[in-house]
Amino acid sequence: MTNSIEDIGLADVTFIIGSNTTEAHPVISMELIKAVKAGRKKLIVADPRNIMISSFAEIVLNQKPGTDVALLNGMMHWILKKKLHNEDFIAERTEGFDEFKKSLAAYSPEKVEKITGVPKEDIKRAAEMFASAPRANIIYAMGITQHTTGTDNVMAVANLAMLTGNIGRPGTGVNPLRGQNNVQGACDMGALPDVYSGYQKVTDDAARRMMEEAWGVPLPAKPGLKVTEMVDAALRGDIKAIYVMGENPVITDSDLNHSIKAFQSLEFLVVQDIFMTETAEFADVVLPSASFAEKEGTFTNTERRVQRIHKAIEPPGEARPDWEIISEVSSALGYKMSYSTVYDISREISKVTPSYRGITPNAIAGAACGIQWPCPEEDHPGTPILHVGKFTRGKGKFMPVHYKPPHESPTKDYPLVLTTGRILTHYHAGSMTRRCPPLEEIAPEALAEFHESDAAAYGIGEGDIVEIATRRGKIEVRATISERANPGVVFVPFHYAETPVNVLTPSALDPVCKIPEFKVSAIKVKAKKRQGQTRKNL
Amino acid sequence: MSGKDRVVVGLATCGIAAGGVSVMEEIRREIKKRNLGVEVAETGCIGYCFAEVLVEIQKAGMPKVIYGEVKPNDVPLIVEGHLIEGKILRDKALLIEGRKTPEADFLKKQKRIVLANCGLIDPENIDDYIATGGYEALKKVLSGMTPEQVREEILASGLRGRGGAGFPTGQKWNLCAMAQGKDKYIVCNADEGDPGAFMDRSVLEGDPHAVIEGMIIGGYAIGATHGYIYCRAEYPLAVRRLKKAIADATSRGFLGKNILSSGYSLDIVVKEGAGAFVCGEETALIASIEGKRGMPRPRPPFPANKGIWGMPTNINNVETFANVPWIIRNRAKKFAKMGTVGSKGTKVFCLTGKVRRGGLAEVEMGTTLREVIFGVGGGIKEGRKFKAVQIGGPSGGCLPESLLDTPVDYDSLPAAGAIMGSGGMVVVDDTTCMVDLAKYFLTFTQMESCGKCVPCRLGTKRMLEILTRICKGEGKPEDIDLLEKLAIDIKEGSLCQLGGTAPNPVLTTLRYFRDEYVAHIRDKRCPAGLCVDLVTFHIDPEKCTGCGVCLKNCPSGAISGERKKPHVIDEDKCIKCRECIRRCRFDAVYTV
Amino acid sequence: MSGEIRLKIDGKACSGLKGETILEVARRNEIWIPTLCYDERLEPYGACRLCLVEVKGARGLLPACTTEITEGMEVRTSTKRIESIRRTVIELLLSDHPDDCMTCESAGSCVLQDLAYRYGVKRSPYAGETHKYGILNGNPLIERDPNKCVLCGRCVRICEEVVGAGVYGFVNRGFDAIVSTPYDHSLLDTPCLFCGQCISACPVGALTSKISKGKGRYWDVKKTDTICPYCGVGCTITLWTKENRIVNVTAPIDKGVNKGDLCVKGRFGYQFVNSPDRLKSPLVRQRDGSLKRVSWKKAVSYIAENFARIREQYGPDSIAGLASARCTNEENYVFQKFIRAAIGTNNVDHCARL
Ligand SMILES: Cc1cc2nc3c(=O)[nH]c(=O)nc-3n(C[C@H](O)[C@H](O)[C@H](O)COP(=O)(O)O)c2cc1C
Ligand code: SF4
Ligand code: SF4
Repeated sequence: MTNSIEDIGLADVTFIIGSNTTEAHPVISMELIKAVKAGRKKLIVADPRNIMISSFAEIVLNQKPGTDVALLNGMMHWILKKKLHNEDFIAERTEGFDEFKKSLAAYSPEKVEKITGVPKEDIKRAAEMFASAPRANIIYAMGITQHTTGTDNVMAVANLAMLTGNIGRPGTGVNPLRGQNNVQGACDMGALPDVYSGYQKVTDDAARRMMEEAWGVPLPAKPGLKVTEMVDAALRGDIKAIYVMGENPVITDSDLNHSIKAFQSLEFLVVQDIFMTETAEFADVVLPSASFAEKEGTFTNTERRVQRIHKAIEPPGEARPDWEIISEVSSALGYKMSYSTVYDISREISKVTPSYRGITPNAIAGAACGIQWPCPEEDHPGTPILHVGKFTRGKGKFMPVHYKPPHESPTKDYPLVLTTGRILTHYHAGSMTRRCPPLEEIAPEALAEFHESDAAAYGIGEGDIVEIATRRGKIEVRATISERANPGVVFVPFHYAETPVNVLTPSALDPVCKIPEFKVSAIKVKAKKRQGQTRKNL
Repeated sequence: MSGKDRVVVGLATCGIAAGGVSVMEEIRREIKKRNLGVEVAETGCIGYCFAEVLVEIQKAGMPKVIYGEVKPNDVPLIVEGHLIEGKILRDKALLIEGRKTPEADFLKKQKRIVLANCGLIDPENIDDYIATGGYEALKKVLSGMTPEQVREEILASGLRGRGGAGFPTGQKWNLCAMAQGKDKYIVCNADEGDPGAFMDRSVLEGDPHAVIEGMIIGGYAIGATHGYIYCRAEYPLAVRRLKKAIADATSRGFLGKNILSSGYSLDIVVKEGAGAFVCGEETALIASIEGKRGMPRPRPPFPANKGIWGMPTNINNVETFANVPWIIRNRAKKFAKMGTVGSKGTKVFCLTGKVRRGGLAEVEMGTTLREVIFGVGGGIKEGRKFKAVQIGGPSGGCLPESLLDTPVDYDSLPAAGAIMGSGGMVVVDDTTCMVDLAKYFLTFTQMESCGKCVPCRLGTKRMLEILTRICKGEGKPEDIDLLEKLAIDIKEGSLCQLGGTAPNPVLTTLRYFRDEYVAHIRDKRCPAGLCVDLVTFHIDPEKCTGCGVCLKNCPSGAISGERKKPHVIDEDKCIKCRECIRRCRFDAVYTV
Repeated sequence: MSGEIRLKIDGKACSGLKGETILEVARRNEIWIPTLCYDERLEPYGACRLCLVEVKGARGLLPACTTEITEGMEVRTSTKRIESIRRTVIELLLSDHPDDCMTCESAGSCVLQDLAYRYGVKRSPYAGETHKYGILNGNPLIERDPNKCVLCGRCVRICEEVVGAGVYGFVNRGFDAIVSTPYDHSLLDTPCLFCGQCISACPVGALTSKISKGKGRYWDVKKTDTICPYCGVGCTITLWTKENRIVNVTAPIDKGVNKGDLCVKGRFGYQFVNSPDRLKSPLVRQRDGSLKRVSWKKAVSYIAENFARIREQYGPDSIAGLASARCTNEENYVFQKFIRAAIGTNNVDHCARL
């Protein structure tokens, strides 16, 4: 996020696109609702489904899945037409405007209505409301990134913020919400194939030399493989061994059958986790680790805030914190790691990571509410808002992007669109929440949400078991007829191992980020069994 | 009104309740049967509530006569005798124009501004209203006065809010006029939830246009964009007449877009209340209009700054608005000549209870209680003795005989421990137990407490429990102190004036009738002989004629005695239903 | 600073900004004013009447929670009158409150109990009718005991103002006024999201967590502030632990990005930690496909041997590592260091994009 969670409430208008905020980031949703209810904020929500936060919105845009670029371009087209763009900001802080402006010419509201299915009047109203607000911000999440056009989507969002000058001030900004509690931290720490901690490129000689010096070994300069590429490489036989720490890629990856095969074909697999996960079933060695409540360390949240966690109880049996295990394995492999506490590691991080330089154990212990990076020195207060006065790269560059249809479009044989996501009560592959009996009682099984017109067309009743199939596979799931669904779009949550929806999703990737298209698959459905009632899951 | 003969029937809620509709039907039938060229009309409540149904007859060459307590079978007589033969039926006549009758005092001792049209014009006919000068004030305002001038005029008149608190209306309008907001609301508070009060209803039913005209003038003065009349849902007739009046006024260009081509626009919507007393409190009323549960909130922010949907809102009572056209037409100076230093104009009271002529009484501010009760009201019924008067409804105070010379105005009543309130005036005689009376009013307020704040919700409940046990003879010596302490904490601690005034009946009865409390607690005796747990029934052998009526009517067979000999009551069998007292024509049954 | 408003509270010179209330300024200056219906997260309400204060020149007493400060204001937070009302309010509340602190889940963290203690109210002088409502617990998580409800409306308001679900409302009037759900439905049949925000707002024991019941109260648990293990918001939570088990989760009102707010997962999703399914020892796959318990030493050397062999045979790029968005920064750092420095490849990633 360019701005802080605290800051979200300050925006006069918040534009939510591709974020089921209430279910995936409930406390941010509360922050928004508080402001709306108190009359301090208006919301625009763009989502293929009528998600919970829509009911608090002034304007709801139900775009067809995978048409976000068109929608955003359409809004910007109208903003320019109405001359509501922020000329001063564009002149002072950005470059590439003229070319960008030309790229929008084709996106008239009429045309965009045809692509997105959103009435042109709504596109205009949303554009005007966003552009005329003194302070407006944008919130997005996996609904923007999990597409073959994810990178384009993100650029379009950034363009909108720059066009209206909504960057670098309180109550503005581009605010991606990270799905998992320490995704931000994992990225910051260099758990990525091309960067070290603090996004220092492995290909950058200076950075590499610095790390080699710090770590005392020569390091490879060639970027490694991304998760999705690793899976393919494993199938090809190029990857022979994988060490998995605290993930369950078999369930959460797209095109599940494909990844199962890949993990099965490995010569050696180590899985370190708190539970016997689906991935661990294929492992040669399974190591028990400590849960969040059983260890010390830091997490970095979606607003770049580094916060301490504290040990409350002892881990069960022989389970140990991950860092201890890794250190030991590393030492056994001949590369000695001898950290005596987790804070030895923190100190090392701050030494080799410019953006974390000031985030030492001492500094963070003294901070009231963690520290937001960049934090270049120990008594620096941290950075709640990025790009104040100046972008990191100097001028903000407008990047013209064009609408490309999603990887799969509905056809005669696969007439509906499947989109996947989270529900409020469960989390991710469910290994944690589904072991909490009351949560399981509230949301015991996956429900496929159908619009009543689709349900009628396919003879599906509330609570029926239906078969959903794509070119890749099929699953059976209980159906519910839901006001959240729009015609032609079916939603299935991905938390349930017994309803492995990622059997259906394609392995098509965004060309840049290699993020799979979880949000759009063409499907066909068939009613299987008549069943009783359902309770609407949360 | 033309020279044609006319029969007018009072068809306000009170008239209807007394059987006015069948009287009306009977009149129509009689007149048709006899083929008389007489106009038949209806009107609102004239205020003689003690003598409903009222029928007024205007016949050329004869004084105007109002007949009271008319029943359908009286109609042929009246039609035949008065309309055809031209004879006044003296025993039925309540009022004869120009003639002095005791009932004439009822009106003569009043000063009618607000009620001027009530019972005289047809409330459903806008032309009737216009004929009496209606909408003249609006024309005057829109054609020649700035909003500031209107506000100054109202300020100069000294008009104070008739809804209870008595806040100067001009000042209220100024506050709202000053406040900033995209929209502005003007609201008429017609919730009238006091039990036994119906002055607002009578005005709404009898002269709805006056209220609407007042509202439009007020709206213009503060710059309101929308108007609401929040009317008690239990007033269906008032709601109907208001809606009709709004429609008629709109079609004549007095309401709606660009009123009388002045450029000022206002719409008024009637909103039916949620049926709770507390919804009459301004902030609860606002919540209710917004569709929420009617619960008050602390002020500030005042409605003038943050009212409906957070916009500036001005709320006035029905009677307050009804005064406005008169003030504009007759100038502030004339209005300010009436009343006392701090309280100008008149006030409508609802005179009920043990008074001879109960009904609507509009008197000049500063009139004494004695004049109202004995002059207008004709004193106590059935020759009994005045004991106290409860002024201001359940949140008002109870004043004793020694304070009968208190003038009714915004300063003197609070000084005595009562309030003007909305104008309820319940007169009680010596058969009333003051502890029981306090209990009665508190039962109402406790039931109506919205429950939001602790002192009111639980405090009134506990006070009520203490009063109940006192009435049962189970009071403890410390109960009076406990009551007083609770009363004061509730008064000062409650959020809104429902709780803030709920203890008033207890505090004033404690102040003026403390000995009755003491008698209940210490002597286990109810001086008025009313609290059933504390009394025993006896028959005075001196007075008893042995007629046997009580014996026959006693449901528990507790009375025995031979004919023509004094009867006796068996205390063990007596269930204290009071039937014998009610039945005995010789006043022989008494309680100890 | 411009726009600063100066005032005196109990003789102490204080200052604040326009729009701040007397209560806010007093709290900042460590002047105690009792409250029951006040919750930092909500619009002030002014219902409990405990925070009434005297403001020089004002008619009557004013609630500190709703009254905004003005220049030169002189406030007294404790006078005989005020204390009399406060005491009466406490006595009245106790007059219709079950006398069962012994077994109440909230004992120790109950505002009413603290107030009774502070004011030394043992028994209410206003004994009278009390309510006998049934316990409402027809759902897996939230137990409601209307007998303990003080009608502060905090649950009603947090559900409306913050959660947006609007599940609760007041019904009835007078003594029988009570908080209810539409048509008295069980929470499962309302739009309830089971965030438990109402529990967090309730100052007494009228709303409690069913899964914490009987497991440990405020004073007999260890409390550890940490960060929620679920989504990327990073809420601060307090783990209540006893005998090496998590027995409850709350959120401190004055800390973290969430300032007391939590969702269903953060507040109630902790039982996995003490799940019997937890892995408790290292396991190594046998020839027959089964997993066998081994010592740490054995497991670690087995891993080292195999990685060394594969690296030897196929080169470092034949090995890859997946780090975790659920592990700490330190662990992710150590992990990528391990893959890069110990194995010698950049094949490290995590499931960030999911
Ligand atoms: C519990 C309670 C009930 C009230 N009911 C009414 C009512 O029925 N009608 C009314 O005009 N004012 C009522 N009021 C007074 C109003 O709050 C308000 O003062 C009044 O409408 C203002 O109008 P005015 O300035 O014209 O008097 C009530 C006040 C309280 C505290
Ligand atoms: S005083 Fe009574 S009616 Fe007024 S807010 Fe308090 S509880 Fe509600
Ligand atoms: S349940 Fe708790 S929070 Fe809700 S009104 Fe009652 S006491 Fe207040």
